[in-house]
Amino acid sequence: MAKASGTKKQAVGRRGFLKRAAAGAAAALAVKPGPALAQPQTEAARPAAPPASARQLALETSTPPPRADVYTTDRPGADFMVDVLKSLNFDYIFANPGSSFRGLQESFINYGKNTKPEWITCCHEESSVAMAHGYYKIEGKPILCMAHGTVGLQHASMAIYNAYADRVPVYLILGNEQEIAFRRSDVEWAHSVQDAAAMVRDYTKWDDSPLSLGHFAESAVRAYKVMMTPPMEPVVICANGGLQEEPMPDEDRHTLRIPKLVIPSPPTGDANAVMEAAKMLVAADNPVIVAGRVARTPNAIPLLVELAETLQAAVIDRKFRMNFPSRHPLFNTAAAPQDLSRVVAAADVVLGLEVPDFWNATHAMTPINRMGMTSRPITKAGAKLITITAGDLFSRSNYQDFGRYSEVDLAIAADAEATLPSLIEACKRLMTPDRKRIAEDRRRKLADEHKRVRDRDFDLAAAGWDASPITTARLSAELYNVIRKEDWSFVSDTTFISWWPLRLWDFDKHYQFIGGHGAYGVGYQAPAAVGAALANKKYGRISVNIQCDGDLNYAPGVLWTAAHHKIPLLTVMHNNRGYHQEHMFLQDMASRAGRGIENTGVGVDLTEPNINYAMLAKAYGMYSSGPIENPKDLGPAIKAALDVVKKGEPALVDVVTQPR
Amino acid sequence: MKTVAFVTMLIAGGIAFAQDARPGGSTAASIENGKRLFTRDGCWECHGYAAQGGRDGARLADTALSVAQLTRYVRKPSGAMPAYIDKVMTDQELADIWAYLKSMPAPKAAKDIPLLSELKGQ
Repeated sequence: MAKASGTKKQAVGRRGFLKRAAAGAAAALAVKPGPALAQPQTEAARPAAPPASARQLALETSTPPPRADVYTTDRPGADFMVDVLKSLNFDYIFANPGSSFRGLQESFINYGKNTKPEWITCCHEESSVAMAHGYYKIEGKPILCMAHGTVGLQHASMAIYNAYADRVPVYLILGNEQEIAFRRSDVEWAHSVQDAAAMVRDYTKWDDSPLSLGHFAESAVRAYKVMMTPPMEPVVICANGGLQEEPMPDEDRHTLRIPKLVIPSPPTGDANAVMEAAKMLVAADNPVIVAGRVARTPNAIPLLVELAETLQAAVIDRKFRMNFPSRHPLFNTAAAPQDLSRVVAAADVVLGLEVPDFWNATHAMTPINRMGMTSRPITKAGAKLITITAGDLFSRSNYQDFGRYSEVDLAIAADAEATLPSLIEACKRLMTPDRKRIAEDRRRKLADEHKRVRDRDFDLAAAGWDASPITTARLSAELYNVIRKEDWSFVSDTTFISWWPLRLWDFDKHYQFIGGHGAYGVGYQAPAAVGAALANKKYGRISVNIQCDGDLNYAPGVLWTAAHHKIPLLTVMHNNRGYHQEHMFLQDMASRAGRGIENTGVGVDLTEPNINYAMLAKAYGMYSSGPIENPKDLGPAIKAALDVVKKGEPALVDVVTQPR
Repeated sequence: MKTVAFVTMLIAGGIAFAQDARPGGSTAASIENGKRLFTRDGCWECHGYAAQGGRDGARLADTALSVAQLTRYVRKPSGAMPAYIDKVMTDQELADIWAYLKSMPAPKAAKDIPLLSELKGQ
């Protein structure tokens, strides 16, 4: 714990020492000798009473140079910082090394014994933060990431923005040397910054640059509390180099303490507003629930099921979290935009739970193939809109992930998961036998619709079954066939594979789906999968990732991290040899301009040469196979890779695939 | 985001489908040229290399559309598909693409694929 201990005399605070040295009090310490005195001398050569030289006289009588040979301390400031950070109960630190936090790193691995948190070696700061993003989505616990306050944060910034947009807490420590006298080289000047957190202040929730160890303790605990209060977001604490590396000041040793951490209970909806929402939902002929980032914890899934079943309302999942079982008859994948539009258009009450793009879920816009822009509501006249979101409690201006302003009939500024119990209770109280009968009729229709969509999806999956390149539907089916009897966890997004897993697999556990990027910053998926797989490791779950090729190329070193730390993760490449989304956008633009599209591969294709991801993985020390082009080879290859993963190692299967 | 635009046309086209026969110009050469154009003009980007369809484009293998319906839709799509003007893709080129699509075998049904049947029935 934080109580300072030890009072050995060699420990001297740098500012205190310099002050004393200037006053001459440093004579008791070893003063760096001048060149003349440093020459070795024998006893015989040394006179009994040597005359004092002018230089010696000067040393004796003038202020000594402000340098000292104090080589060690029993208690660097970083040790206390480690005490503080350990008190926050982090499981891991994700970082690649950086000199501006070398003091902290040394204290973590030696003084802190590299446990709770354990250091996980990353190869890119963007990977560190994205791994933390994925870890949180499985474990519900934030990760401590470390980076230079300058170049490291610049690398990490996109991943921080992804986490911010995805409402994921990440705890960042930035190394920085604020005291110019301690910047020993041009490197340290280049790695120092006046206000390190400024660069990411637009998309973090809170930051501070403590000036003392006591200040660090208080701000570190405050940052954790702020971060974990919905809406959860990344936070930043700057760790000054001097605070890390210099001895803990004597005067601090008996006074420093770590403040007690108490996480606030999440904000719940006002009772009157919740009752009003319940009245609207129960009275509706066709209520629809749109689930955004509603599931903060595993508890949200049964709560959302209970609400949906109480109302017998269709649930549209926006695929940001594992919110609702995919085979539940009230689940509507809304895989394609027209599916979403059809369901919302039929509703007379739409309840949005932590939906960041609620306007977008309730409106249609001019498609990209036409000039100009108009928009219209897709809800029918008189339909009521209700939102429950902690997003109403926190806004930033510059980055506009908040979407368009939604004109709703009732907005409840609260955490949706925390509000669900009272909303369920209110709905149950209001359900009359007549409303229950109507709801049961609705359930039958929705179950029929669920079955119709599922039948359609399986027929669509059959199209191109034997094609090469391999369809993403077949890839998803073959993968599921191999893992479905395991305790599996799907640790990647489905946006770029036509949502096939959500359409074909049976998702019903909170760890089986982690949603996507947040801000669609590419380079997220591979590290998020590794972070999620690390969280799954202690439970013995099989983590599977259908990995987009363009994404992996941002920072493939994360494969080494998985291999080095023996993180079991089955990666199946979606190797469509290009940044396919951008390919389609270029096609749109070329068609809008009335030009041919023969050149739309320029700048987006990843061909000539084709990239061999099996060889890439092998180079990082990972089992791999492929590239697989014959769909008949796919099942056996995945099975062989799974055998490796079940032994506790990562494995990768490279599959050449259709575009989506 | 693009939508499965051809589905709309399938519904709108309705009865007309059965009245269109494969045009006489549907030769091996036109099918081969259609295959080339299907790749060159990026049809595969949304509809897949096997015209199997997907998230962003409808299934087109063994299309039920007539060549006239296909042409009409490509010129003025009702969904989000890029519109191809004559300068970019001529009527003849569209006819060749149609011939290629028409020459493709109809997709299997899910029930005829053991793995899909098993996954669906579990």
